[in-house]
Amino acid sequence: MTLKRSVSFIAAAAFSLNAMAWQPSGKVECIAPSDPGGGWDFTCRSAGNVMRDLGLIEGTVQTINMAGAGGGVAYAHTVSKRAEDDKLIVAASTATTTRLAQKQFPGLDADMVTWVGALGADYGVIAVGKDSQYENLNQLLDAIKQNPKSVKFAGGSARGGWDHLKVLITAKAAGADKLPAIPYLSYNNGGEAMTQVVGGQVDAFTGDISEVTGFLSSGDLRVLAVLADERLPGEFSDIPTAKEQGVDAVGPNWRGFYMPKGASSDSKAFWVEAVDTLYASEQWKKVMKANGLIPFHPPADEFDSFVEQQVQDIETLSREIGLLK
Amino acid sequence: METLGFLMDGFAVALTPYNLMFALFGAFVGTLIGCLPGLGPANGVAILIPLAFTLGLPPETAMILLTSVYAGAMYGGRISSILLNIPGDEPAMMTCLDGYPMAQKGRAADALAISAIASFAGGLIGTIGLIMLAPVLARFALSFGPAEYFALFLLAFATLGGITGKNPMKTVIAATLGIMISTVGIDISTGTQRYTFGVLELYEGIDFILAIVGLFAISELLFFVESRMGGGRKKMNVGKLTLTFKELVSTVPTQLRGGVLGFISGVLPGAGASLGSFISYTLEKSVIGKKGTFGEGDIRGVVAPEAGNNGASSGALVPMLTLGVPGSGTTAVLLAMLISLNITPGPLMFTQNADIVWGVIAALLIGNVLLLVLNIPLVGFFVRLLSVPPMYLLPIVTMVAFVGIYSISNSAFDLYFMVAFGVAGYFLRKLEIPVVPIILGLLLGPEMEKNLGHALVLSDGDWSILWASTLAKCFWLVAGLSLVLPYVVGPVLRRRMNAAMKESPASD
Repeated sequence: MTLKRSVSFIAAAAFSLNAMAWQPSGKVECIAPSDPGGGWDFTCRSAGNVMRDLGLIEGTVQTINMAGAGGGVAYAHTVSKRAEDDKLIVAASTATTTRLAQKQFPGLDADMVTWVGALGADYGVIAVGKDSQYENLNQLLDAIKQNPKSVKFAGGSARGGWDHLKVLITAKAAGADKLPAIPYLSYNNGGEAMTQVVGGQVDAFTGDISEVTGFLSSGDLRVLAVLADERLPGEFSDIPTAKEQGVDAVGPNWRGFYMPKGASSDSKAFWVEAVDTLYASEQWKKVMKANGLIPFHPPADEFDSFVEQQVQDIETLSREIGLLK
Repeated sequence: METLGFLMDGFAVALTPYNLMFALFGAFVGTLIGCLPGLGPANGVAILIPLAFTLGLPPETAMILLTSVYAGAMYGGRISSILLNIPGDEPAMMTCLDGYPMAQKGRAADALAISAIASFAGGLIGTIGLIMLAPVLARFALSFGPAEYFALFLLAFATLGGITGKNPMKTVIAATLGIMISTVGIDISTGTQRYTFGVLELYEGIDFILAIVGLFAISELLFFVESRMGGGRKKMNVGKLTLTFKELVSTVPTQLRGGVLGFISGVLPGAGASLGSFISYTLEKSVIGKKGTFGEGDIRGVVAPEAGNNGASSGALVPMLTLGVPGSGTTAVLLAMLISLNITPGPLMFTQNADIVWGVIAALLIGNVLLLVLNIPLVGFFVRLLSVPPMYLLPIVTMVAFVGIYSISNSAFDLYFMVAFGVAGYFLRKLEIPVVPIILGLLLGPEMEKNLGHALVLSDGDWSILWASTLAKCFWLVAGLSLVLPYVVGPVLRRRMNAAMKESPASD
């Protein structure tokens, strides 16, 4: 027993020693699959800065913006042209897995890259205007169960996108049927959707917690539930989770990285370790706090299966509502 | 009072050395662009968009730069009107009428100085109007639902031709082209891909910045290559400034009238700066009556249109900032820039992006002062720039456009698209099909479609929701009128504008 443990300890030590032995030299790139200014751009730039400050890499991480097809152009680029690049990471989020699940990157699958790790998440919320008749999540869901058309939702993603899926995940967890009949109005972004809910034109808002902070503090919006396992820290601790209201629905919009599948195992070990170290650092905690990110970091060996599971869940749900055939 | 507080915050944003530097740069480049015949404010702003991306400017700085270019171009348009009898841009057309005769009488310096002051007065009045009207309208817009927005966009399309537009059919063709291009990409209300043919680059649709830079900047280059490749113009003599203080004071009522009229015509969708300068000129002519020497170099004939078009340029920002509906071609380009910066115009912008909105408004005020300072002592410099051969300017503009577009997305695909739009723009303009409606179709088409879809979801498929509210009914009424009026009033107005142009002494 002791022997076995010490052997595995030595093996682990050797492995990590080996992993630390490899260090990227020269130019390191982080692809942000969007125009400058978006969430992926933020992931690359802020993670790159903190990695440099921590001395994890020599030099700087250069952020490359590669917009197109909601991340599809960057995904195809990574799979086809950079398949063995050791010094490349690509920013990803739930939007990436959603599109993969819905086959919106033609001919590309989630297992064509290596998923490195997550650096935090933005959790989904269901909210209504301050004058709404719905005081809690169950009142709203009961209304949907009686008549799926009775509550109209507005969100910042396309139909079938993550904001829409959060409504469906919640309604499904509450046992509602006729999911496709629930009206969903898609807007260009969360702000536009919220304006309609605050203005009283649409009944409910689906989005992420970071989007609602402004209207939450002004009192124009009432958040019925946050789709997280536990209550969120800080100023959000008053908001009940869906789970504590008896609805088992969770919707984390995580932010993290993937890298080319064909990269050397040394480099993969390095990047997983680097993301772990980055996530644990004080500097990153500050970045998370300043940008409304909530802790979310599945252990390195579980992240891959987490992504796989999320892709599968979204695929099943998309089939149920007829988005996928 | 709340507004005043916001404005002070805006000044804090606009007065940082970094932003001030870009405001000055924008005002300078804008004046230069404005005074080059053919290059109008819309083209000017379109050319500068790639630069804003290349430099990686933060949103407020990018917007300050572009609005300064906009204001600067409005100032600059008058220079070539006065000196060459060629309007630098369309709104400066009316300035030719009395400006050129003044120059011929040897009072070019006076005409340039007084028109700079009139531009300042007009710009100031317009910006004050913007400050007072915009927040009110923004709050009001909160009560707009999908049906009201649909009717509003319909109204915007109906007024596209404008009262002074030449050929309504060509405007319709252009707008339709824009709407067609806008359907490429994912349809957000169903989640399906349209016209993408499995090409990944097309999945997010065609970026309207590409279309704008292509249609305006690249096609302009092609025109330059065609018509003016070669030497510059002869150097012009401006003469000495003889303007007296008394003369200046005597034009103050004209400045006020022009600025207010210009602002009002700027706010109205579709009317724009050209109408602003035309109305203020004709009003001034009828107010002064026989006492004036209009058409022969009357100083008030220079003041009125300049105050009018600069007032209109600020007025046109009101519907763009508050409702997301641009009142003119240039504000359409500015709207595209805002959307690219991930800022949604409308009621929310005034609270969530207050620093940007008020920063831009404050920058307009500062810009006007800067422009006045630039335009009086430096006028000789701009005049000399008029004689710079385009062969030096062309490569710079081309380089900025290519580097800028490439730096947005790092995609050579986008460059091909931009060039394709440029070539298409060249041919469309040869056919006298206006390009501004294409941009508006591209920008507003998806919004109109989205709101139509939303309205029908909310009403469960009942079309009558589209005209259910009083507000929506009003929009439908005005839209109907805008379609009919050009046929009734348009010919009369155009005849009078042409007649006014003919009265001026012919040249070249």
